[in-house]
Amino acid sequence: MLTEIEAKEISSELNRYEQKSASCIEALRVVQRHRGWVSDEAIVDIAEYLEMTPADVDGVATFYNLIFRRPVGTHVLFVCDSVSCWIMGCDKIKNHLTTRLGVNLGKTSKDGSFTILPIACLGTCESSPVLMIDGKTVSNVNTNILDEILTGLQREDTQGKTA
Amino acid sequence: MKFERPLTKNIRPGALPLDVHGYEKAGGYQALRKALQAMSPAEVIAEVKTSGLRGRGGAGFPTGVKWALMPAPDQGAHPRYVIANADEMEPGTFKDRILLEGDPHLLLEGMILAAYAVQANIAYIFLRSEYVLASTRLSQVISEAYLNNYLGEDILGSGFNLELHLHMSAGRYICGEETALLNALEGKRAIPRAKPPYPAVSGLFGKPTVVNNVETFCNVPGIVLNGSAWYKDLSRTQEGGTKIYGVSGRVKRPGWWELPMGTPIREILEEHAGGMQDGYRLRGVIPGGASTEFLIEEQLGVPMDFENVQKMGSRMGTGTMIVLDDQTCPVGMVHNLETFFARESCGWCTPCREGLPWVQKILSAFEEGEGRHEDLKILEEHTRLLGPGNTFCALAPGAMEPLASALKYFRRDFENHIKEQCCPFRSITDSSSHIGLNTLKGGPRRYSSG
Ligand SMILES: Cc1cc2nc3c(=O)[nH]c(=O)nc-3n(C[C@H](O)[C@H](O)[C@H](O)COP(=O)(O)O)c2cc1C
Ligand code: SF4
Ligand code: FES
Repeated sequence: MLTEIEAKEISSELNRYEQKSASCIEALRVVQRHRGWVSDEAIVDIAEYLEMTPADVDGVATFYNLIFRRPVGTHVLFVCDSVSCWIMGCDKIKNHLTTRLGVNLGKTSKDGSFTILPIACLGTCESSPVLMIDGKTVSNVNTNILDEILTGLQREDTQGKTA
Repeated sequence: MKFERPLTKNIRPGALPLDVHGYEKAGGYQALRKALQAMSPAEVIAEVKTSGLRGRGGAGFPTGVKWALMPAPDQGAHPRYVIANADEMEPGTFKDRILLEGDPHLLLEGMILAAYAVQANIAYIFLRSEYVLASTRLSQVISEAYLNNYLGEDILGSGFNLELHLHMSAGRYICGEETALLNALEGKRAIPRAKPPYPAVSGLFGKPTVVNNVETFCNVPGIVLNGSAWYKDLSRTQEGGTKIYGVSGRVKRPGWWELPMGTPIREILEEHAGGMQDGYRLRGVIPGGASTEFLIEEQLGVPMDFENVQKMGSRMGTGTMIVLDDQTCPVGMVHNLETFFARESCGWCTPCREGLPWVQKILSAFEEGEGRHEDLKILEEHTRLLGPGNTFCALAPGAMEPLASALKYFRRDFENHIKEQCCPFRSITDSSSHIGLNTLKGGPRRYSSG
């Protein structure tokens, strides 16, 4: 079932397009914003709401890079691996991340706190290498900066849990 | 040298963009007032046509000509649409972000003028969702524009109506291809459409539609306000206006600059980007985003505009260049590019869906020291098989541009990979990327890309 808030957010999109099904991508984004990812049940719910077939909604969901069909960690880290960042050493950043968090690209760390994903050019190539962490762009990254950020996030999380 | 910067005059790096009042004070929305009060839609199109403005999305199609392809309002279907392509995902490209974050009202004014010119009443900005800051700022200026009657009903008392929406993409490079973008906006998988019919005739929801790049729209207010003669004068070559050029890679000052159209590449690299970092030499430049051909040092005197760069065998593309230095492996660089293209192929047509992963695998074999002479032939064949005319859209032909030119200019590097059975650059850069470096001298070096 879509929650009341989800349904309300999706319905506010409907009048922006000529056809109901055009809100499909926005509906997926709404659900993901609330739940972190889009489950099979959510696909069926969205399909019903927009009068589409679940297969059509899933076809759309699986096409786009930023719709998650599997659960992700508390923090999602995107590492730009496109050309300017590659020249400026994004492989080093990638390796530092995977080593420190003990998890491969495309996977979520065991404790469920971090998912690391590759991403295409983040449009900040003049300050490469570039990452995006929880929707924030971090440019001119090096391993020190990365450590600081990760430590900060980990500290926040444990404080959040104990508080 | 002093010159006008109509696209970025309001942009102060690090500062907030102008709000509607600041923008008005800086002369903003004067072009719109002029057009609505004193120009017919046809006159706006004519002015843009004579200005010679060419699309900044990469292909350089003349903007006025594109607008004139829209059927007359009493002939085609309604509503009619105008769409800003703000999907910017071409690797190495960051110019639209500068405009979106730095002066979002300029984009709106350009779009409203375009909508008036082609008599469209609904507009969308198609924005990639990673541009979070741009999205916040655009939402802000859109509501300001509604409040001040630059959008909505009876704009400035002219009788012209326009609603404008921000659409956030869910991410995929192919969404930037204009017909795939239309499918994405319709909530479908972003597969390109067959052309013709062109979007001007049958676009969004089958209605007449104009799609232009962000930077293209940003050129329009200046042209309308100051005229096409002024616009042509801004440039150093035949092509009018200014251009946002960008440089990334191992230069001293990577960044962006709005300069007269036709500024030579060498001048951009040396005077603006500060030349190469100490200890690095330039080997080549990809002039306009990932899908353009390499240029080499001898060619860099070329004025950076559509026509001149094309004469050199490449394309100006997005105008944001990527510099290849002498300590970066050209084969590795092309491998990186083709990995991107293979991953982002939409999978609709066979040559691209099957060909790009093959190309990627071969290049990966080169990097792992397993390249063979026959592979060079296979790569060359692909540059033809995936070339223009053989695929459903321009993604695959674009992907072949850096490959074909690398095979031409950096052939020796490919051959060295075969001869030495390893990537000769690995020992220079000692990049920790390549973990598991083989200890056997001269043997193949493997790496796990993680
Ligand atoms: C694979 C692919 C990706 C593209 N991505 C973009 C993009 O992100 N932004 C853009 O403006 N044009 C992009 N284009 C070009 C558009 O198809 C189209 O030509 C452009 O938006 C037209 O605007 P213009 O005439 O103002 O240049 C892309 C083309 C292809 C083939
Ligand atoms: S060339 Fe590639 S991206 Fe374009 S339609 Fe074919 S498969 Fe899709
Ligand atoms: S290549 Fe990484 S931000 Fe553009």
